[in-house]
Amino acid sequence: MKLLAVTAAVALCLMGVGYSQNVELRAPSEAIAGVPASIATTGSGSATFYLQGPAISVKRQVELGQGVSLTSKELQSAGRYVAVVCSDSCADTTFFVSPAKPSSIAFLVHPSRAPVAHNDIISGVALPFDEFHNLVLEPVPIQFQLTAKAGVPTTHNSPTRDGIAWFRTSSGKSAGPLQVMASINEITAKRVVQQVASEACRLRIKGQRTPKGIVVETEPVRDCSGNPVPDGTIVTFTAKSGNQISFVDAPVKQDVARATMTAKGPVVLSAASGVAMGNEIQIGD
Amino acid sequence: MKRALPIVILIVVVTVVLIVVGLSGSSRYRQTVGIASGTALPGFSEDPSTPEKALANLMIDIQRRNWERAYSNIERTSDSLTEQAFREQWIGTNGGLRSFSSLERYEARPLHATDADAEMRVRLHWATPVGPVEDVRDFHLVHRGEVWKIVWNEIPAPNLPAQIVPVNYLRWDLVSGNASEEWGSHNVDAPHVRIVSMNAVDTGQGAVVMGEVVNEDTVPAFVNVGATLVDASGNAIDDENSFDKILHVLLPRQVSPYRIDFPKISLSKVKNVRMDTKATLVPASSDPVIGVMNQKLDTDAQGHTVLHGELFNESGQVVNIPHVIASFYDNTGKVVWVSDGYVEQALLPQASEPFAVEIPQSLAGKVHNFHVVVNQYSLQKS
Repeated sequence: MKLLAVTAAVALCLMGVGYSQNVELRAPSEAIAGVPASIATTGSGSATFYLQGPAISVKRQVELGQGVSLTSKELQSAGRYVAVVCSDSCADTTFFVSPAKPSSIAFLVHPSRAPVAHNDIISGVALPFDEFHNLVLEPVPIQFQLTAKAGVPTTHNSPTRDGIAWFRTSSGKSAGPLQVMASINEITAKRVVQQVASEACRLRIKGQRTPKGIVVETEPVRDCSGNPVPDGTIVTFTAKSGNQISFVDAPVKQDVARATMTAKGPVVLSAASGVAMGNEIQIGD
Repeated sequence: MKRALPIVILIVVVTVVLIVVGLSGSSRYRQTVGIASGTALPGFSEDPSTPEKALANLMIDIQRRNWERAYSNIERTSDSLTEQAFREQWIGTNGGLRSFSSLERYEARPLHATDADAEMRVRLHWATPVGPVEDVRDFHLVHRGEVWKIVWNEIPAPNLPAQIVPVNYLRWDLVSGNASEEWGSHNVDAPHVRIVSMNAVDTGQGAVVMGEVVNEDTVPAFVNVGATLVDASGNAIDDENSFDKILHVLLPRQVSPYRIDFPKISLSKVKNVRMDTKATLVPASSDPVIGVMNQKLDTDAQGHTVLHGELFNESGQVVNIPHVIASFYDNTGKVVWVSDGYVEQALLPQASEPFAVEIPQSLAGKVHNFHVVVNQYSLQKS
């Protein structure tokens, strides 16, 4: 409500500004967010001062001929400000408040899980902000550092453009956490990308008949880079006996998937996981 | 007053007569020739002087849960069948679907009859929490003196021996950050799932969109598939989702069939189908593992093509309501039908339970291969 009233007042004053210009305002040449500033005025006597910024509106009585002090709190938001002073007549000026120095980095990394050995699958975007959450639009050098488990860190420097810097990279060949860090001097933001095994590369199965049925299990299931596939990965075992088929979807536990098939008679066992097909084995009565 | 009294008495008498006639003849007058039918409405039990009447008495007793009389009217072939076992065969145990079902109505049809014995086929219509379920059973009846008796030759399932089943299953918990965390610091991507096949067909009941979806991620996903039918002018005709015709929790690399029904909509009006897959992270468990054993395409007693087999519970946990979803492929590997069915009895640890799902007769010749997944509902988890 207050903002509306001041905005209306400023608008009315600006309409009147064109008719009389006895008072002058001189805006600060380089205002920075969070730094106090002063607006010089000419003339004499008391007047009403209005300030409207991106997230603030102020109205107060001032003495003409003296500087109007703007506190750090009044100038926390970067952007365009309009100052108006009215006595018998009104005068106005506009000025821009720039963001302060970067104090934090908003850092987004995608994806949170990346399969190994994929080109350009990991990307990160960094946006520097000052202590008042203003996006810093001035070019700022940002260093991206990627550190895989037991690996040598790799760095990539990129200045921000229009307040944003980004990188794109491939995943490594080993599964495990990849720490990704964006830094501006001593300001850092860390994220972790989990590099996970790709699809199973080959499946080998073995089986034997027991009193409960045929126990079939895989050898350790790995992707084409040699990483064990994550626990829980489904391996579908199939047993064909004459014109009857049995399936078990069994999860990998500690690199191995295991199931019990109740098929009777001679059976042909096989397994598949994703696009990987396993060997076939035959088990007699 | 004196003139009104005989009229009142007459009305009362006529009303009573009509009620008696109505109740005693309710099932008799509606039946088709050769087909006896009944409902859950109370009627009068008749002397089992014919096979139809004997069977009707049993059905009425089951509907009324009058187990003592139902049990007394059967002829046992095994001494191991107790009244308790007989009752459990009808009402189920261990929180199975049958435990929550009631016999709504039945239709009986004679298959064969002589003076000494008879065969009757009964189509039982059960009301269940997952919708109506039909069951077809054949009964053998014998003439004993003046009455007919139903021969009960079902052997009760053996009791599960007390045992310890070591279970070392995988479980995924979900830890989420709170709102005060730094932006982007705790983002975990939704699981990556993909529709690997889609097929739309017209059926007598409407359009059906079906196919398969795979979890391509390394974490479990809760998946739902939706579809929107779009006409030639780009307007949405209808949108539906797979509801229970999908395995919602998919472990890594697991494939599930899905089926989306659009009742009373013809594909001739549809220009395009927009698919929508939603996947979210959920806590999950890889237990229980249920094997689908001894599957075989066959023709049942009614001439329908069915896929039947057995579910085998490899874990130590009771699966109260197993739900079978099957995808059927043609010789090019295309999904031509997705069918599902609930198993009425609970699946006990280290035990098997039969299942059967039907394939439309028009597609039976096309089916070249199939894949079955098992959804499970356990009372302990809900």
